[in-house]
Amino acid sequence: MQAPVILIEDLYKSYHTSAGDFPALKAASLNIVSGEFVAVMGPSGSGKSTFMNILGCLDKPSTGNYFLEGRSVADLGKDELALLRNRTIGFVFQGFNLLPRMSILENVALPLIYCGLEREERLQRARELLSKVGLDRYADSMPNKISGGQQQRVAIARALVNHPSLILADEPTGNLDSKTGEEIMALFDELNREGITIVLVTHEEDIARHAKRQVRFLDGRIISDELTQGLES
Amino acid sequence: MILAMLGESWRAMGANRLRTFLTMLGMVIGVGAVVLMMSIGQGAQFAIKQTIAAMGSNLFILLSGSTTAGGVRSGSAGGYTLNVDDAEAISELSGIQAVAPIQSGRAQIVYGPNNWNTSVIGTTPDYLVARSWPVISGDAFTDSDVRSGTRVALIGKTAAQNLFGDEEPVGKTFRIQQSPFVVLGTLALKGQGMDGRDQDDTIIIPLTTAQRQVYGSQFPGSVRMVMVQTTTQENMPAVEKSMTELLRQRHHIREGMDNDFYLRNLTAAADSAAESTRIMSLLLGAIASVSLLVGGIGIMNIMLVSVTERTREIGIRMAIGARERDILMQFLLEAIIISVVGCFIGLLLGIGGALLTNTLTGTMVIISGGSIVVAFSVAAAVGIFFGFYPARKAAQLDPIEALRYQ
Repeated sequence: MQAPVILIEDLYKSYHTSAGDFPALKAASLNIVSGEFVAVMGPSGSGKSTFMNILGCLDKPSTGNYFLEGRSVADLGKDELALLRNRTIGFVFQGFNLLPRMSILENVALPLIYCGLEREERLQRARELLSKVGLDRYADSMPNKISGGQQQRVAIARALVNHPSLILADEPTGNLDSKTGEEIMALFDELNREGITIVLVTHEEDIARHAKRQVRFLDGRIISDELTQGLES
Repeated sequence: MILAMLGESWRAMGANRLRTFLTMLGMVIGVGAVVLMMSIGQGAQFAIKQTIAAMGSNLFILLSGSTTAGGVRSGSAGGYTLNVDDAEAISELSGIQAVAPIQSGRAQIVYGPNNWNTSVIGTTPDYLVARSWPVISGDAFTDSDVRSGTRVALIGKTAAQNLFGDEEPVGKTFRIQQSPFVVLGTLALKGQGMDGRDQDDTIIIPLTTAQRQVYGSQFPGSVRMVMVQTTTQENMPAVEKSMTELLRQRHHIREGMDNDFYLRNLTAAADSAAESTRIMSLLLGAIASVSLLVGGIGIMNIMLVSVTERTREIGIRMAIGARERDILMQFLLEAIIISVVGCFIGLLLGIGGALLTNTLTGTMVIISGGSIVVAFSVAAAVGIFFGFYPARKAAQLDPIEALRYQ
């Protein structure tokens, strides 16, 4: 049994609204070990976004425990959470979320600014990651000059630039056509084969089939958690 | 790290050049106005100080009191209630630097075909001390000239030019009315007095000579005016008191009776002139500072807009690991860059404006390093002060909300 990257015990999260407390997450428990590829599924409002925000250290649970690589996240301060997001977690968003005023290379290098690397080393590492996703020839272009699929590859390169142990992808193919989406998923498959843990939110069964494990949410609860064979291509 | 942030800020500013420029313009105008006003104000202060220095420092003017003859009152300094013995007695008091009895008026001076009407001051050598007025060529007359009433004169620049033209005046003989006088020395250039008179249009001769040869005084030895200089500014009040006591005693003025002389503190008058200039320049600076304040508010306004516009960017940065202080620093730096660059341009414009004012109007301006340092540090402070709130607002955004922002 490998050491868990993510260990979640009895997680609750409720939001304060004018109509009283709204429970978004109820008694969620989950254990994800290194190298897993997990698809998180569920209709909108099922609590999967809240779950992902907590996994990504963007939000804190109301009660319950969350251990990321053995560290209890609930005890950490804002700066330490930022450090986790910088070093341990790589985010891939539905809307790509590249900064429009920066070249593609600089976008990929951006997380490295926050760990204090020198410019030369930043750009060197960003260049390596860009060639890994096959976009090194676009290094000096601006994000709006390349296609959506290419932008998502750049975003993945950015997520990988600090060698995270965990990639969190929130509907990464949601803004792409199915063919481009498959290409992106192929990239995720490859990353997972290299040993990176991936947690992916999606509501498309086709996309979820790439994962080796599917976790379904409904009304703030995990209703199913099953292993699949994955799409070994 | 800071370098990378500077680059980021620079890029953000470059992305919206017109807006950055307009924001900067507030600072440019503010700093320009402050520098211009301060240099004009300091110039005016300097001009006043020069005038005061030319007048002489720590000065009292002692004037004769009024006399009443047949019901007609003469007004101040109308009579001759002071005399050289009073002056002599005053000079014995402690804290006295110089005492100069003065008999002055105007007279026609003649040299060859030239003649000129000028102010003729009969006094003692102490007068030059009190007025801090050096003789630049030749010699001053001495106390023995005063005792024996020799016909010698010191001549001011303007009078010399009008009488002698380009000739060297020292050693020349000229006439005041019918009496021949020898020019002993020429006086240093003094310029305009506080009342606007040309102080160099003058001749200084021994008091006794003036009374006997020029004015033919009714009461030889009596004068209407005595100039008294104290050793320091601090002992002026003490000297004023002892001088008043001495004169009352000498003039046999009984308790409860009015003085038969007037004592004026010239330095106090000059100080109040200097003070009012100082207040004026302070006021100018204060008004200019208001525009600096407005410039700062402009920066805050634009930074707030910028934070709102870039909410999503802030969310992305936070998601990939920016700490609160990284975001804070990024926006703060942007505000500081805007204000410091604006300040620099404003400084150049202010200095240019001051030099232009000087060229066009001849007003004296002083551009001091101090005012530049003040303007720069104020601008940096304004940048930090007005940049801090928007930057903090940015840093405290909730990353989830910020990422969701469209």
